[in-house]
Amino acid sequence: MTVQKKKIKVGRVITYVVITLIGIIMLYPVLWLLSSSFKPENIIFSEEGLWPSHFTLQNYIQGWHIIDGMSFGLFFKNSLIISSINVIANLISCSMVAYAFARLNFPLKKLWFGCMLMTLMLPVHVTLVPQYAIFHYLGWINTFLPLTVPKFFATDAFFVFLLVQFIRGIPKELDESAIMDGCGIIRIYFKIVLPLAVPSLITTAIFSFIWTWDDFFSQMLYLNSTDKYTVTLGLKLFLDSSGNSEWGAMFAMSVLSILPITIIFFFFQKYIVEGIATSGIKG
Amino acid sequence: MSKRNKKNSAIAYGFLTPWLIGFFGLVLGPMIVSLYLSFTQYNLLTAPHWVGFSNYKTMFQDDPNFWSSVRVTAVYCVLSVPTQLLAALLVALLLKKGIKGIRIYRTVYYLPSLLGGSVAIAILWQNIFNSDGIFNRFLGLFGIKGQAWISNPDYAIYTLVLLSIWQFGASMIIFLAGLKQIPEDLYEAAQIDGANRFHQFRAITLPMLSPVIFFNLVMEVIKSLQSFTSAYIISGGTGGPVNSTLFYTLYLYQNGFGYFKMGYAAAMAWLLLIVLAVITGFLFLTSRYWVHYEDGGIR
Repeated sequence: MTVQKKKIKVGRVITYVVITLIGIIMLYPVLWLLSSSFKPENIIFSEEGLWPSHFTLQNYIQGWHIIDGMSFGLFFKNSLIISSINVIANLISCSMVAYAFARLNFPLKKLWFGCMLMTLMLPVHVTLVPQYAIFHYLGWINTFLPLTVPKFFATDAFFVFLLVQFIRGIPKELDESAIMDGCGIIRIYFKIVLPLAVPSLITTAIFSFIWTWDDFFSQMLYLNSTDKYTVTLGLKLFLDSSGNSEWGAMFAMSVLSILPITIIFFFFQKYIVEGIATSGIKG
Repeated sequence: MSKRNKKNSAIAYGFLTPWLIGFFGLVLGPMIVSLYLSFTQYNLLTAPHWVGFSNYKTMFQDDPNFWSSVRVTAVYCVLSVPTQLLAALLVALLLKKGIKGIRIYRTVYYLPSLLGGSVAIAILWQNIFNSDGIFNRFLGLFGIKGQAWISNPDYAIYTLVLLSIWQFGASMIIFLAGLKQIPEDLYEAAQIDGANRFHQFRAITLPMLSPVIFFNLVMEVIKSLQSFTSAYIISGGTGGPVNSTLFYTLYLYQNGFGYFKMGYAAAMAWLLLIVLAVITGFLFLTSRYWVHYEDGGIR
């Protein structure tokens, strides 16, 4: 018995050692990025330790004013505008549609739901060229419109699906008693479904924000003048200038670019984790 | 249909309207147009010019870059998806056993998934695997002389595979949630029957987890075939060195928005859709043999 207990104890210790080691390896690159951003240019690649021997903010000052007359502040503003609009747009459109699919009865419901599920797996590239042509025709290239307007039409099927799953879990008796009290479909949406779906709405909001903030492909496609650039496109400026002398500044702005997402993650971890878990389990 | 039902259906369609507009105007419509464009030469500024199957023929017969991109993407998918899922599963199994501070570990493992798709991390990766990057410094500790991994066509793709494996956290969280749903009494019964850990894993954990494995597999395959940002940043948009990081979507982008061969890009996009559908369909077919559903039915 004692031998077995000892065995289990050793096993536990090994488990902790292994998962801690993996954790360190996982975090190391990000920590290196963080520490390098505070090191003077000339020691970034030569200093071994993570803790800077010389601590400087020079990289941040230099990176912030990347080109004359324009700063990362503008890029942050642009990213923030686009991301905020998309959060609101997704919350409104996806919750409306999810309510219809999860709670209401109407002809052709199965057909439309099937179509919605199919778009979950659709690669964006299939609609890319015609969409670009439409936005070009409308004169929307180099504006925020192609990046935001589609979200008002529940084009992110993932969120519709997530919300449908959640709303289905809200007890139907609540609706029924509301109907007894004389509530109509619209009032049930506002008075019962929306308030009770708040956790999944938060998940939707967080992912809308993060994915828009991180998006590179469509922002690169649709925004081409520097004053419209977002944070991700601002980072690309460092690569385009190809001056190898700006590592520090580039690292500093890289850190800033992932800072909002990281902060959101630490505050809303529960919703993120649950959102991911739900999407995979209740398929 | 009663008057009341009619009115309710009308309201329901009111709620559905945003999606219907989006579906027809931004998804289905463009999909069909894109199919049409794939049979044309189109540069956005002049009207599309019908060329029949010429784009598809060029792809298969006269475009070595196309085949490079197919090869690179296939290698990337085959190497990164199974490895990433395996890592995710192993770590999830380790974390399952009532670890103290599981939230901290979960956070640490998930963070790379959260940040991994960003330009910032692609830039970081480029510097880690540079000739004077920290990876070579690490190898130096063991007396191994590294090289410029990113600029060597033989190795560049592996740095991207590593980047993808590094992001196993999202799949891991899905695995963890799946593991949580396996009833504990199954294991207790197996223990009474004298089944050891390995037997329990094979007879209980794997079958019970197979729907989640299946879900993760499908999602990761779809995701990996559409990878773009990391390859674009690391290669400076070229897919180099020597096409070694020319992902399919990167080549599609180059054709459509670099050379303005939008008909060709549309053809590539449709081929991608067909391949994705075939792969997904194939996975669904095989799932009958290895995915176990509690209710015994096909979903």
